[in-house]
Amino acid sequence: MSVVAESLSWQAGGRQILQDVSLRAEPGETLGLIGPNGSGKSSLLRLLAGLRRPGAGRVEIDGQDIARLSRRDMALRVALVQQQSTTEANVTARDVVRLGRTPHRGALAGWTAADEEAVAQALAGVGMQHAATRIWRTLSGGERQRIQIARALAQKPSVLFLDEPTNHLDIEHQIAILRLVRDLRLTSVVALHDLNHAATFCDRIVVLQKGRHIAAGTPDEVLTEDMLARVFSVAGRVRPSPYRPGPEIHFLVDAPEA
Amino acid sequence: MLHRLAPGEPLGLLALLGGGVLALGFCVAAAAGIGDFNIPLRTVFLAVTNNLDLTAAPLDRIEESVVWNLRLSRALVAALCGAGLAICGAILQSLLRNPLAEPFVLGVSAGASTGAVAVIVLGIGAGAVSLSFGAFAGAFAAFGFVALLSNGTVSGPNQTILAGVAASQLFNALTSYIVMTSANAQQARDVMFWLLGSFGGVRWPEFQLLLAVIALSLVVCIWYARTLDAFAFGDEEAASMGVSVGRVRIVLFGVTALMTATIVSMVGAIGFVGLVVPHVARFLVGPLHLRLLPACVVLGAVFMVTADIVSRVILPQQTLPIGVVTALVGVPFFSVLLYRARNRM
Repeated sequence: MSVVAESLSWQAGGRQILQDVSLRAEPGETLGLIGPNGSGKSSLLRLLAGLRRPGAGRVEIDGQDIARLSRRDMALRVALVQQQSTTEANVTARDVVRLGRTPHRGALAGWTAADEEAVAQALAGVGMQHAATRIWRTLSGGERQRIQIARALAQKPSVLFLDEPTNHLDIEHQIAILRLVRDLRLTSVVALHDLNHAATFCDRIVVLQKGRHIAAGTPDEVLTEDMLARVFSVAGRVRPSPYRPGPEIHFLVDAPEA
Repeated sequence: MLHRLAPGEPLGLLALLGGGVLALGFCVAAAAGIGDFNIPLRTVFLAVTNNLDLTAAPLDRIEESVVWNLRLSRALVAALCGAGLAICGAILQSLLRNPLAEPFVLGVSAGASTGAVAVIVLGIGAGAVSLSFGAFAGAFAAFGFVALLSNGTVSGPNQTILAGVAASQLFNALTSYIVMTSANAQQARDVMFWLLGSFGGVRWPEFQLLLAVIALSLVVCIWYARTLDAFAFGDEEAASMGVSVGRVRIVLFGVTALMTATIVSMVGAIGFVGLVVPHVARFLVGPLHLRLLPACVVLGAVFMVTADIVSRVILPQQTLPIGVVTALVGVPFFSVLLYRARNRM
């Protein structure tokens, strides 16, 4: 399913968080969302997932205006993994993944084989089958993140929104999660901090700065030395990677301001 | 002795609920037998079957009347109140994601008291229906006050608790003001006893109304049990899993206010049950609501009936306010649970 946002604007607490942001993710595409802290990445994902109503503009999933979809219809199409969501409840990892089946189940419907299979697949997808019976509180930050992603996968969405899914993860699991997202061939929009991850795993990238859309395109088009200086205020050198398609970024930390 | 049942252990849950229902039956029978003069269990049983027209055993008329008209109705009302308050606590704790949430803490009980006292003392209308209506209006006023102060869903769960504390203070102050300025001595005594909670004076009509309200509310809550599970990670996560957060909150807050108002209008404000029973239930059956809510019903009912027996027998010729007993019995029990839970971590 495609995701299209047209001129989204959003205010909160008297501050303009997003201003006239448009983007487009084609079916099966992994779209990276990059930008400095406070550039509006998380807010944009919330608008795309329909958790907030935009002040202006609209979001379409597969050609349908999401303002006209019920919450449940939305949850059958779209899953969102936010940063650092946690609970005090004494739930197991499997209980959390099972929550992903919520939109598929009636109020009193029993637990079906399809539910069980979706949960098992999701746990296997993030490599957490062995930890299914552990209590949420006892999981590390990285394990919690993987369980949240499994919860989203158990939802069986066509579109996946991920807000910095590699936070808290060691490099092995950063790569495992992003490969999983890329290989699922769902339409995904992923907010990322690591620009080399964006270069490695994203088909296209959208750059945000102070709530505005700055650039969009393939990693080669977007990840330029000029953009690093203008948007992220760092000096860097961008070269084609000798090992994989796409650019590779080196940061020049001791160089004078570029 | 106590252990947490593993998830997906329906037999264990059934055994627990079955055991709980048996224990409840025993407690109710004991409550009907124990009092200023004790009545043997056999007589209690026959008195009940006589009144249900199942038997026609020759019994002492006074004993039979005490069992059926006074003690049994009182015990069943206590059971329903315990069950209702425990469900309210479980739901508020889950919706607000705060282990301290319950009708008492959130000021809903205080609001219901103010409404009921206004009816009793200021004489707005007369009779049980308008008393209930007053409690109802007060409960909703308190809920509205808390919702307004905590600014709906935007602010965190802690702000809701603070707003609840403010609501409790405000409505308790209003109640005291009404009593001090307008009540005569007899009204003041009635009101004070009733504010601490009392099952004195409840009979079958109260039981019927309460049964209807609690049964209806329980059906609604069980209907939303899965939805409540989805709130574990907060409103936004629930919304992203397809829950209409606003509608669910309005319905469940409304049901909670309805139960609280009905209970407070009959037996006064009884604290502690709504706070503690859901925690004990979670400890026994885990946090998922399809198991938790039935467990709350049984445990809350058993706890309240037992507390009522204690309140009647602990002092000769006197009845302690039920709120005093729930705290005195509940706090040590809760302390033991907390201590054990700490050791297991």
